[in-house]
Amino acid sequence: MATTVAPAPPAGATSLPRAAGRANFAGALRCEFTKIRSVRSTYWTLFALAVACVGIGALFSWGEAAQMARLANGAAGPFRAGVGPGGPPPASVIAHIRAVRVGRAASVSLFGLLIGQLIIVVLGALTITAEYSTGMIRTSLATMPRRGTVFASKAVVFGAVALVVGLITSFLAFFAGQAILSTQHISTTLGHPGVLRSVIGGGLFLAVCGLLSFGLGALLRHTAGAIATAIGLLFVLWILGNFLPSPPSGWFGQADLDKWIPFNAGSGIWQNQINGVHPFSPWVGFGVFCGYAAVILLAGLILFRQRDA
Amino acid sequence: MIEARGLTKRYGPTVAVDDLSFSVAPGKITGFLGPNGAGKTTTMRLILGLDRPTSGTVTVEGRPFAQVAQPMRHIGALLDAKALHGGRSAYNHLLCLAQSNNLPRVRVEEVLGLVGLTDVARKRAKGFSLGMGQRLGIAAALLGDPQILMFDEPVNGLDPEGILWIRNLMKALAAEGRTVFVSSHLMSEMENTADHLLVIGRGKLIADCTVEEFIAANSQLTVRVRTPQQDQLTKLVATAGGTVRENGDGTIVISGLEPRQVGDLAYDNSVRLHELAPAQASLEQAFMELTASSVEFHAGVPGVPGELAGLAASAGKEA
Repeated sequence: MATTVAPAPPAGATSLPRAAGRANFAGALRCEFTKIRSVRSTYWTLFALAVACVGIGALFSWGEAAQMARLANGAAGPFRAGVGPGGPPPASVIAHIRAVRVGRAASVSLFGLLIGQLIIVVLGALTITAEYSTGMIRTSLATMPRRGTVFASKAVVFGAVALVVGLITSFLAFFAGQAILSTQHISTTLGHPGVLRSVIGGGLFLAVCGLLSFGLGALLRHTAGAIATAIGLLFVLWILGNFLPSPPSGWFGQADLDKWIPFNAGSGIWQNQINGVHPFSPWVGFGVFCGYAAVILLAGLILFRQRDA
Repeated sequence: MIEARGLTKRYGPTVAVDDLSFSVAPGKITGFLGPNGAGKTTTMRLILGLDRPTSGTVTVEGRPFAQVAQPMRHIGALLDAKALHGGRSAYNHLLCLAQSNNLPRVRVEEVLGLVGLTDVARKRAKGFSLGMGQRLGIAAALLGDPQILMFDEPVNGLDPEGILWIRNLMKALAAEGRTVFVSSHLMSEMENTADHLLVIGRGKLIADCTVEEFIAANSQLTVRVRTPQQDQLTKLVATAGGTVRENGDGTIVISGLEPRQVGDLAYDNSVRLHELAPAQASLEQAFMELTASSVEFHAGVPGVPGELAGLAASAGKEA
């Protein structure tokens, strides 16, 4: 050992100036923002989110427009040759069909959020589970031992990033979809009643989906488990709700149960096509959805504070 | 100053840390010794608040670590060099830690320079070698210019150059009046670096003293002698109160007598000596003896056979 040449003794340790600073919530927020912006998975997930939402929305809008074209020229629908009289339907009928489609134009263009929610939950879970899978959590808590601060700053930073990207995605999907729908005069505008709420609601919905998944990540501390559970709550429950047989008459109605399913409650704020028969009103349903997320986040926070890291 | 009082941590039926009370004083390197699985890492995790003690308390400058206003100014710890997100660059890793404690950004450049990682600062940490990872961990520990530095097995897996570098760094930090608390299962390493020793075995504190005291208290000074009149000297030594053990290579080992006494005894009785050498037990031997006895004590307890205890005991016998 004596024969090896040691690097210069770390005399620098003595010459470093005294560091200043005090740990607080603002610092924790900056720390978490640096964390989220400095790993590639963030960019990949957010890119996939935007592509899925805008792409699927555009695809559905294209399908809607194509079908409208066929209905308008009599190639489809009850007026088509062989079924009805053949030829284009009367103008009053076309106007009625258009009015219906304008009414769902925002929902159609935002349909990609159904898949987008499955992508934002990946980032939500990773924000906290990656700390455990990499071991970073031990360094994070050894340098900032106030766990409530760490948890809250993580949730706030992720929630803000998810909200901003969710809003951008929602608006992009809306405008792309409306551009396609407008070719058949079945597009809507932000000025129509409820449309602006839908588009902003799309961003809010995505952010809350991500936060729910973040809470699950804190509870389970395991990436795959948290993502699977989030998809189960958001997607699988909704599918099951659609397939379950109706309860016998005299019992509570199925719609009364359906509206409590997280997706049905939360998605009313951005779409009006795939909910139960008696859904909550948009904001009440979204409030219920936020309630679910809040319960999971709170449980995650309690365990995050108590468990050994 | 780190102070533990009755610190205990159980994981189910396993007692990882058992009623530890100690304090780590500033301005010195305190070595924290024990065989693998003795509870060294758990103790450090308890100090940092990563684990909650089952009972007892541990404070940093008089408070639990979680209540310290500026955590990184108080303790810089390197528990595991791999405890970071490999996808993040070294610079961003240090930057996020600095930001969490509101340390100035310039501090990141300074510690990178100090550990010699400036050139690879923008590279992702997953590509780092063991030695580079260790340096990055030390850079993180030094970020807050802390009064206490805590390193868990810092030289594990390092090349001689890296070992020397860390040893010099620890000495420099202690010389500045900082508290350096370093764990190791390598006694030889501690013998070269530590001023003070805390020795634990199976979660219990078994020694809290200086390196010299530790050796003196835990090993006997022996005298190795080569003589053609072995039988005669053996009798003389026994009469004088010493004990003799045959070494097998033609020498005998005398304990209980000073080298001077053995020499005088031989001279007075005209016993020819061909060799006479004092043998100071090394820290390694002293440690083996100490942990072996602690292990023997525990091994008899039914229901806690302890794989580690067995290993340590057999290692002790070989030594």
